[in-house]
Amino acid sequence: MEPAATTPAVQAVLKEKKKINYRKHAPLLIMMIPGLLYLFFNNYLPMLGIAIAFKDINFAKGIFRSDWVGFDNFEYLFKTSDAFIITRNTILYNLVFIILGTVLALACAILLNEIKNKPLLKSYQAIITMPHLISMVIVSYLVFALLGAENGFINRTVLPWLGIEDGIMWYSEAKYWPVILTLVHFWKSIGYSSIVFFAALLGIDEEYYEAARLDGATRWKQITSITLPILTPIIILMSLLSIGRIFYSDFGLFYQVPMASGALFETTETIDTYVFKGLMGSGDIGMSTAAGVYQSIVGFILVILANYTVRRLSKDNALF
Amino acid sequence: MKTDSRFLTWVSHIAMLLFAVACIAPFVLLISASLTDQDAIVAHGYSFIPQNFSTAAYEYLFNKGSDIIRAYGVSVFVTVFGTVVGLAITTLLAYPLSRSVTPHRNLIMFLIFFTMLFNGGLVPTYLVYTQLFELKNTIWALIIPGMLTNGFYIMMMRTFFQTTVPPALIESAQLDGASEYRTLWSVVIPISTPIMAAIGMFTAIFYWNDWQNGMVYITNPDLFSIQNMLNRIMQDIQFITANMSSTSGESMQQMPTDSVRMAMAVIGALPILIAYPFFQKHFIKGIVVGAVKG
Repeated sequence: MEPAATTPAVQAVLKEKKKINYRKHAPLLIMMIPGLLYLFFNNYLPMLGIAIAFKDINFAKGIFRSDWVGFDNFEYLFKTSDAFIITRNTILYNLVFIILGTVLALACAILLNEIKNKPLLKSYQAIITMPHLISMVIVSYLVFALLGAENGFINRTVLPWLGIEDGIMWYSEAKYWPVILTLVHFWKSIGYSSIVFFAALLGIDEEYYEAARLDGATRWKQITSITLPILTPIIILMSLLSIGRIFYSDFGLFYQVPMASGALFETTETIDTYVFKGLMGSGDIGMSTAAGVYQSIVGFILVILANYTVRRLSKDNALF
Repeated sequence: MKTDSRFLTWVSHIAMLLFAVACIAPFVLLISASLTDQDAIVAHGYSFIPQNFSTAAYEYLFNKGSDIIRAYGVSVFVTVFGTVVGLAITTLLAYPLSRSVTPHRNLIMFLIFFTMLFNGGLVPTYLVYTQLFELKNTIWALIIPGMLTNGFYIMMMRTFFQTTVPPALIESAQLDGASEYRTLWSVVIPISTPIMAAIGMFTAIFYWNDWQNGMVYITNPDLFSIQNMLNRIMQDIQFITANMSSTSGESMQQMPTDSVRMAMAVIGALPILIAYPFFQKHFIKGIVVGAVKG
């Protein structure tokens, strides 16, 4: 992380200036004030707010005067089936997104790499990254245009083609949503994540391929024995980092696209949507705060574990 | 060998073409629906080619446009203001952290880094911004909570400064009598345009697309951004269809028809779709810059 600070010359300078000259460097310190203040209020103060998970929030009494209830909120949360459902959904969706997403993004990058026609390559890249730019609210409109019960394209055009005349009430049938949400997620993200792999592919020395061609390796063979092994470290790294965030979900995807439909709770509710609904009044605020704290703490442990694993594999790729 | 390679090229083209079509198709459906006569939508459902071409939805929106124009104004203001201020804050924090002379640099780095690992979550953040700062129903609620800067941007920019701005350049500027501010403004920033463009662009897209802050902090429709307006319309429709039996015919008529709804979504997506060809090169570069770990 600190390539510049490790040269002997720099270390010598640092040693010489053991006594910090605040006055000389005051401008540098002053510059940082707005950013540090922001991070203090936006990030550090809410960390203290975790304490409210141990309170019986009563807005009439005010946050500070609400009664302390110890672990009651957590107890309620884990007694209901909610805790299990939201944890299961969050983790299962993320696992599918990580595993299948990596495979698809890699495949997409490898295919892009086969295209030597520059203008076409640029156009493909531009188009497949475009969905990433669109807000989830608009994505929910797009999905609605496809899945709407009365006028949706699927119910009115696709299903009749297939000989199914009765439309499906997509927004009240929970069983379809794991597939729908996975498709929407990939539609929005595969182009974007393939660019990262594609950039790594561009970095591979052309000479490896030359040599393989001279040895008579087929294109497929070149991919499996040159491209993939070279990409392995970045694949592992990116997967581990995603595993570190497995307790967090793309809130917009799970809230906007199913349109917060209660009938879909079983397959669309994740920890993030649960916390949000609790705050917005359609759930229990104490339990939702507890769920938020549960997410923060387990998430933190997972990041540390993931980083520890990356560090064991390759020190350079670790975050810290 | 030749045929083998050509085969793969063809496979690639076909696969990419299909993927590209899949990426565009939903937008075509949306635009087509917005240009279709309401009766045709009821008769045939949404389709990729307008069954009965009509610009009535857009005419309706332009005639009844004051809400939309206001929402647009909110979105534009929030995006411009947030991006400029956010970029300034990020730069002012990243630059000292890239200088080895800055006192307590490592401690500050750690404090910033820690924000990337752990956070208080939505509810405590909400309480800080509503109880302590009373941001509820102010335009600042759309700009400040969680959006101005973050540890990731700061780390990215700091790494960029550290790896691309030669320390000798900074030293020579300061030997010539330039202050730290002057150095940052006239030496460091001009040679750091790629990172500025990348982070500025991500921030701007983030602001334009944000609906969560509006949903959490704003209940006054006058302060709705275009995303919040779209979100509200969708929610109202959900609410009405869910309570169909108890709804009077009048309120059914008041809600925008299908084509108007789709036209609104088109208007919400349009600025980004129009601007995209111009900044897509930077966007793709930005993805790569962002992926290189900060």
